[in-house]
Amino acid sequence: MIAEFGYGIALVSFLVAVYSVVAAVYGATKKSASLVESSRRGMLLTFPLITIAAGSLIYLLVNNHFEVAFVYEVTSRSMPTYLKVTAWWGGQAGSLLFWSWLLAAFASAVTIRKWDRDIEFLPWVVMVCSVTLVFFLGMVVFYENPFTRYWLVNGNVEPHMFQPALATIFTPQDGNGLNPLLRHPGMVIHPPMLYLGFVSYVIPYAFAMAALITGRTDDRWIRLTRRWSLWAWLFLSFGLVLGGRWAYDVLGWGGYWGWDPVEIAAFMPWLTGTAFLHSVMIQEKRGMLKHWNMILVILTYALVIFGTFLTRSGVLSSVHAFANSPIGPLFMAFVSATLIASIALVIYRWPQLRGETEMKSMLSREALFLLNNLLFMSVLVICFWGVMFPLVSELFTGQKVTVGPPFYERATAPIFAGLMFLMGVAPLSAWGHSTVKTLGRAMWKSALIALLVTVILFITYTKNYIALIGFFLIALVLFVTAQEFWRGARARQRSQNENFFSALSRLMGRNRRRYGGYIIHISMMLMAIGILGIEVFQSATQGALAQGEELNIAEYTVKYRELASWDDTGKGVNFTRATLDVYENGIYLGELNPRIDYYFDSQQNMTIPGNRSTFRDDLYIILVDWQPTTAMGATFKIFVNPLVNWLWIGSLLFLVGIIFAAWPDRDPAEEISRRGITQSATQPSAAD
Amino acid sequence: MKKFLYTFTFIILLGILFTGAALAQDKLPTDDEVNKVAHDLYCPVCQNTPLDVCPTDACKDWREQIRGMLAEGKTEAQIQQYFVDQFGDRVLAAPPLSTKFNLIIYIIPPLIILAGAIILFRSLKEWTTPKAAAASSSEDETEASPLKDDYVARFEEEAKKQK
Repeated sequence: MIAEFGYGIALVSFLVAVYSVVAAVYGATKKSASLVESSRRGMLLTFPLITIAAGSLIYLLVNNHFEVAFVYEVTSRSMPTYLKVTAWWGGQAGSLLFWSWLLAAFASAVTIRKWDRDIEFLPWVVMVCSVTLVFFLGMVVFYENPFTRYWLVNGNVEPHMFQPALATIFTPQDGNGLNPLLRHPGMVIHPPMLYLGFVSYVIPYAFAMAALITGRTDDRWIRLTRRWSLWAWLFLSFGLVLGGRWAYDVLGWGGYWGWDPVEIAAFMPWLTGTAFLHSVMIQEKRGMLKHWNMILVILTYALVIFGTFLTRSGVLSSVHAFANSPIGPLFMAFVSATLIASIALVIYRWPQLRGETEMKSMLSREALFLLNNLLFMSVLVICFWGVMFPLVSELFTGQKVTVGPPFYERATAPIFAGLMFLMGVAPLSAWGHSTVKTLGRAMWKSALIALLVTVILFITYTKNYIALIGFFLIALVLFVTAQEFWRGARARQRSQNENFFSALSRLMGRNRRRYGGYIIHISMMLMAIGILGIEVFQSATQGALAQGEELNIAEYTVKYRELASWDDTGKGVNFTRATLDVYENGIYLGELNPRIDYYFDSQQNMTIPGNRSTFRDDLYIILVDWQPTTAMGATFKIFVNPLVNWLWIGSLLFLVGIIFAAWPDRDPAEEISRRGITQSATQPSAAD
Repeated sequence: MKKFLYTFTFIILLGILFTGAALAQDKLPTDDEVNKVAHDLYCPVCQNTPLDVCPTDACKDWREQIRGMLAEGKTEAQIQQYFVDQFGDRVLAAPPLSTKFNLIIYIIPPLIILAGAIILFRSLKEWTTPKAAAASSSEDETEASPLKDDYVARFEEEAKKQK
């Protein structure tokens, strides 16, 4: 009953979304305000409708309605209620409904705003959002229906939405249960964060399309969506970081990022989104790069859909799985159609998108921003091609190949180094004009201190040249950025007669985006410390230990004390937990408990490491294997991951930075962060 | 002649005996040695998982196989080749250059990036070449800056003079 109801509501919301598209286009072309208003209301109506459909699904999930195929696949009786709710996005059909729900929420939020002088954008924004919604709801209603039930037809169990002739409903005793990897708290919030990021990027895209269609190609659309793109970026970044932390905590291979196609699928829109974030500033300040910003926002939208396609269509496991699933080709068609239509619009409006001003030097800030864009695009090209090549290879040669971390690391490392260098230079450059001399004068102190730090590290810490180059760049960016804070605050302190700290806080408050950006740069450098640490200095050892035996790694000694294995029938899990004593240079530090959880319902293992984390390094122990009959010996893999904690500290600061930059101001129009000609950039030229 | 044959057989037997003893004395390769080889191989069944960290039973067996091959004195390259022969190129971390087709993964990204760089450089050149009497943008450069002070004004003056 509830299943039919939920399906019916999903179908109605699909129809309403279709109506919104038609009404918006018709209303805009016939200049009928009432039709446009009707389309807007249609858009608004989809949100409560999808909420009811989703509510029905959650009801089915929570109440063990295993006759519903989706409920059977992702839940089981032993799962706690909150996990049954989050199982909503734990499977294909549910996650598509989740996507639609978020999109309806965001589109509604955006259509509620006061439109005043931007009213001509309205129908087209509604149109773009609704078209996307129609696509996703169409998937839900026609292909990946989460309300499909099992029926007993002539003794066979078959999934159907509606009762086939002479069939009776079939209810399995218990469900399959959610993949144990997805039961981790990190995994409970990681997918919604990514989806939030994905979906919020639809809004800037919708405005960009509205600007192209109406011909209002000034930077109004960018100003309207600036905050949206920041929040979208926040969610996407946060989603990526959470995914990394989750991998580190439960995947049990000692790392946080494996260059897996699924990870890259989420990383690609982040790359274009980050490039967009930088290049819109050039358009706002200098009225340039209008074509490029359009292309970036279109690419981001396309990559968002493409990313969903990669993770949802099964194309990654094999080209043939893709061809067999109905939704793969549909996704492909949708991405291609929207991409072609958007690019055609850009070409149509090409003459109107010409820049208003010119640059005076190759070292001006806008030139450096463009270089930044080039580097981000380069990483994108490498990622895209790395993900696509195995498919291309399978398609043309039949040979399956792996494109693993070594490929990506080698190809992207120099580019990331280049981005770091830019992070050190660009904040010191001036809009419009800079010379090597002005930049050099602004930079030399920071560069010198960074060099000094590098020399000290060379003597005391490492002789690895890759690490030294990395540390030099990190130090350079940190000092340059700190100097920027210092210089700005000092200048304000002098001119306004404030004390240093109030000058600093006012300065930052008046230039949220700029100083938020700097905080993000600093956080990126902290993350880079962690990444360098684990990439360059990670060490590992593995060994089978009898009770009382020890294993040595770096300064640590790990002694195997005991192992216990027990069933928790309430949770449906068997726990096997080892206890190890950890010593550092002979001093007892405490015990660690790596364990393996075996889930009866899904018959899957989950490896939970025992981890001891300090600012210097992580001691990360995995229980690889044990001898169940004797419980005498067990095999452990031990990693020492130097500096990796800075990755997580950096991530937290990163969040602070974005929230600081995106926090609503009282009067947004006033708070456009101003171009910054810094003192030292100006001093030399004045003196020349 | 007969004596020679006896001696020969004796020496051979002795040789076999000693090499056998020597092999038995050799310890089995350690987990770390196995993992070192396994790290560069990818699990043929699970995607994108290096063999040294793959938790499946199949991979456990493959690691034991590597241990056996190391004990037989096979080199890392030989072991890799064995796995490639068994399961195809997908066990390697990156597509090997033995197939011409695989060249395109290494060629296409640099080409695209190069093309991007050329486009960027040309547009920069176009933008920085002053068009005659094109409106100077120094006006909006002097727009209010939070740090605006005398230095900025002087900088603007200098910038104009330099042109």
